[in-house]
Amino acid sequence: MSDILEILLTANFWAAALRIATPLIFGVLGALLCERAGVLNLGIEGIFTAGAMAGWMAVWLGAGLWGGVLVAALAGAAFGLVHAILTVPLGLSQHVSGIGVTLFATSLSYYTYRTALPDVSSPPRIEAFQPVDIPYLSDLPFLGPALFQQTPLTFLALAFVVVVAFVLYRTPLGLAIRAVGDNPSAIEAQGLSVTLLRMGTVVAGSALMALGGAFLTMSAFDAFFFGMVNGRGWICIALTVFASWRPGKALIGALLFGAFDAFQVRLQTEVGSVIPGQVFLMMPYLLSIAALVVVARKADYPRAMLKPYFRGQR
Amino acid sequence: MTSGPGEQPVVLALSGITKRFGALLANEAVDLELRRGQIVALLGENGAGKTTLMNILFGHYVADEGTVSVAGADGRLEPMEPGSPGAALRSGIGMVHQHFTLAENLTAFENIVLGTVPLIRPGLAGRNARARLAELMRRSGLEVDLDVRVSRLSVGEQQRVEILKALYRDARVLVLDEPTAVLTPQESDTLFATLKSLAAQGIAIVFISHKLAEVLAASDRVAVLRLGRKVADLPTAECDRQKLAELMVGHAVTPSRREPKAPGAALLTLDGVSAGEGRDSIRDVGFTLHEGEILGIAGVSGNGQSTLARLLSGLLPAERGSLFLRDKPVHAHDAGDMIRSGIARIPEDRHRDGVVGAMTVAENLVIEEIRGRRYQRFGFLDFSAIAARAREAIAAYDIRCPGGGAVARLLSGGNIQKIVLARTLDAEPVVVLAAQPSRGLDIGATGDVHRRLLEARARGAGVILISEDLDELFALSDRIAVIHRGHLSTPHPSEELDRASVGLMMAGHHTESEAA
Repeated sequence: MSDILEILLTANFWAAALRIATPLIFGVLGALLCERAGVLNLGIEGIFTAGAMAGWMAVWLGAGLWGGVLVAALAGAAFGLVHAILTVPLGLSQHVSGIGVTLFATSLSYYTYRTALPDVSSPPRIEAFQPVDIPYLSDLPFLGPALFQQTPLTFLALAFVVVVAFVLYRTPLGLAIRAVGDNPSAIEAQGLSVTLLRMGTVVAGSALMALGGAFLTMSAFDAFFFGMVNGRGWICIALTVFASWRPGKALIGALLFGAFDAFQVRLQTEVGSVIPGQVFLMMPYLLSIAALVVVARKADYPRAMLKPYFRGQR
Repeated sequence: MTSGPGEQPVVLALSGITKRFGALLANEAVDLELRRGQIVALLGENGAGKTTLMNILFGHYVADEGTVSVAGADGRLEPMEPGSPGAALRSGIGMVHQHFTLAENLTAFENIVLGTVPLIRPGLAGRNARARLAELMRRSGLEVDLDVRVSRLSVGEQQRVEILKALYRDARVLVLDEPTAVLTPQESDTLFATLKSLAAQGIAIVFISHKLAEVLAASDRVAVLRLGRKVADLPTAECDRQKLAELMVGHAVTPSRREPKAPGAALLTLDGVSAGEGRDSIRDVGFTLHEGEILGIAGVSGNGQSTLARLLSGLLPAERGSLFLRDKPVHAHDAGDMIRSGIARIPEDRHRDGVVGAMTVAENLVIEEIRGRRYQRFGFLDFSAIAARAREAIAAYDIRCPGGGAVARLLSGGNIQKIVLARTLDAEPVVVLAAQPSRGLDIGATGDVHRRLLEARARGAGVILISEDLDELFALSDRIAVIHRGHLSTPHPSEELDRASVGLMMAGHHTESEAA
């Protein structure tokens, strides 16, 4: 018991939790934007991979780190556009299109990597983002090392929580996004374009998802590996339900997951000799299922989610 | 109105509007003029093209031929850009759709200001939006709590939000598609009072309807559409019920009447039955239905009718009391048992409970008998027998569909009801439970339903007719009882009742006859 408390009371643990949560924050924000507009984006897992690969490769080819971030976002937006075209004007099944985008984006990323580096056995490294100190805040006892010694992308993710919340709840655009996911005919009757609104939101949301991928290769690690996204996109889809499609709760959900994950690693070193490591690896996922069971039973899905909208049809 | 409608300027003109959907001609060369401060009723049967015409006006559809012209600021009529709701809104046309175009996860205020300011800007609406809305609500008498989520508002309140939405955009023309379809009679009265006051303030109003009474009561002019063409356009003062009905249907309408006939032996008896819970439950209900009798049950929706219907359908057990079918007690609550013992159901929500939408007309016609021998051969479905049955029923009941293989979901409400009638009545049931059988149907389809129910009565079946429509109840029922808050009054012969007293009892006022 005291071991557990000891883990929870180290600044290092909380710093790890926030670090692990960062890609999830990007992913959940992107997913909840798409879903608020009525489009489920299961392309997320592939868009993570594409963002990770595109950002890393841009830097490896000589771009600056922020240039890499931009390239990653553009890659995500491009795959988002594919999903948006298939599901919004063409009205195809969002599930099928999303899984298609995931397979396509993942394979294309691997293919590009292999074609560009045919003979490499160990992945080349780049100069990744380094933790930055924020004046005064980073020097605070405990809180400083726990929260304020992160890489810039983590701070960017936190900033996006505020931006997305502001856009959704404090601007007419946010009203329109929330309305189009609930009843698209409300948008059309007010003289706005359902198609443009949904497509734009999906593209923007996908760009955010790709930043989550970029964090993996440009902050958490400094290279691109196959399989490195490892289900993080799917976790984001579940966290979106957990967060009831709200940016603030999305942050809490991502942090909870990050904390579970950081905790299991530390617990594993404590009692790993008794219990097999795989049990610990399972823990964050089991706990997310448990949390979903509690929260998601009364989940209030955007009413028009998964439903394509065609003009002049009732 | 102080000045005659003829003196007011024309604010909107549709001319030569033609619209085809594939082979179907939805509108053919329709002209319509609308003057300032005038209330025009657009009357027609289901499928006459009323909604199509209004959707063209509002830019949801583009007309194949013809133009929509709107008066500009100088009063001159100018053609409007077709196919753009945005253009219609800018021209001062507001539409209240039958299925509300409200986002339920937003508040009333958010719904109203949606799309009225540029999308990218901080703040949801202009600074004086609330002040303007308060002024609008005061002037129009449309009071709504603006900061409540729309999902929490009643249907009547949601409709007020829709009208406010149009007024907030300075609508000079207001189009309402079947505005009373979802309202209680009281809410309808309030709505028409509001519309009259809006018209007095200079707004031109078109409302779509197929209910003659409200057209006569609330409009200045009536335009009648039939099969996509405008067949009449005349001042309401020159119309009466009979004339409008004939214009709408295209031939003389003879209202259904039952032949006097002495009832036979007791068929179905309920004794002190209580069932269900909450607002729609029934308490201590008793009546006896006889052979060859139609027993009308009048009441405002939600007073226990659906519980009574579910109980008699075998979908709900009785908590207390007993049911007898020809003196034999009925215990089971099993829908299959009820069907086999001869109780036929015409459900209230025909789309949800009457047919399986994804299945074909033929399959829906035989679905209640599928376990019997008639449609089986060696334990497999006998498709030729099913197809033959479908052909016979489609002809006998005039079900308008491409054939027995057509998917039921795609049929109109009237034709779906004909499927239900064919399935239930051709099995020669002893008891027919008809819940709101003509709700939402046009005059033609309603006539068919009434004729079939009277045929069942003539054959000796007992019919329980649950309805809100007093015309229907008095035309068909031998006896009428009123249900209110789950209590059923004693049935009385309909000749001894008058409409006013039944109306009062529906509203919860007890009368002497009930105390007896």
